[in-house]
Amino acid sequence: MATTMEKETTMVADKATPDTGGQLHSEAEPEVARRVAIICSKGSLDMAYPGLIMANAARMMGMDAMIFFTFWGLDIVTKGKVDKLHADMLGNPSSPMPHSIMGLPGMEALATKMMKKKIEDLDIPDIPELLEILDDAGADLYSCQLAMEMFDLEADDLVPQVKESLTAMDFWEKADGAQVVFI
Amino acid sequence: MSTATIAGIPVELDGEGFMTDASQWTREIAEEIARDNGIDPLTPRHWEVIEFCRKDNEERGTPPTVRRITKGTGVQTKEIYQLFPKGPGILSSKISGLTKPKGCI
Repeated sequence: MATTMEKETTMVADKATPDTGGQLHSEAEPEVARRVAIICSKGSLDMAYPGLIMANAARMMGMDAMIFFTFWGLDIVTKGKVDKLHADMLGNPSSPMPHSIMGLPGMEALATKMMKKKIEDLDIPDIPELLEILDDAGADLYSCQLAMEMFDLEADDLVPQVKESLTAMDFWEKADGAQVVFI
Repeated sequence: MSTATIAGIPVELDGEGFMTDASQWTREIAEEIARDNGIDPLTPRHWEVIEFCRKDNEERGTPPTVRRITKGTGVQTKEIYQLFPKGPGILSSKISGLTKPKGCI
């Protein structure tokens, strides 16, 4: 046992020897890919974008990224809903208008329209395109098995970028070593 | 900020290893930074991306984001991740001798 440990220590020490030829980076640390697992549990536009953008940014930096869609977050990947996500200002303390007005018919549609316009002006992809980008970028998208059962959803009801449905325990297996973000 | 010698040329680098003066860049520097990041050799498709990044930076004063590169070069998202497996958002700029891109997409 002692011999094995000694051997391991030597190996680690070898790895830690700085590469004197490398002028750009220290080669001392072994490379471990950073990982992020994002749980999307809400289906409004303003809850969908943060998770998707953060996952995409992680991939752009070379980090591994996975997204787990659960509860209302399933709307983000449900066919027929993915392109109709709304920006609901009701119950949002940051709403620019009083709730008594935001609750009137048509106000929510107006808020959604305004937000979508702004998003388009900034050349941010819409949600369906962002899901395609994430898939092409190698991010792994998963749906929550239990939430799918609750909402009577089958795999065919979801966009093709969703790889598979996971149980809560499957999620933790896949998220091993990742920083977890809940949205 | 520090000075390093890449491909025999002294260059200024920021804390994250991005060159701070794009005019110090040469193709040999690009090749060496690429090698240092596991890309060897740089293919003509890499050069298309690099040349777009350099040109776009010159025109707009800021390095392009991944979305801008895919829209501007015809190199699709899937391919850009194959070209720069350790992160196209960072490496496209780093290899092109530019600063870190500021956009989120």
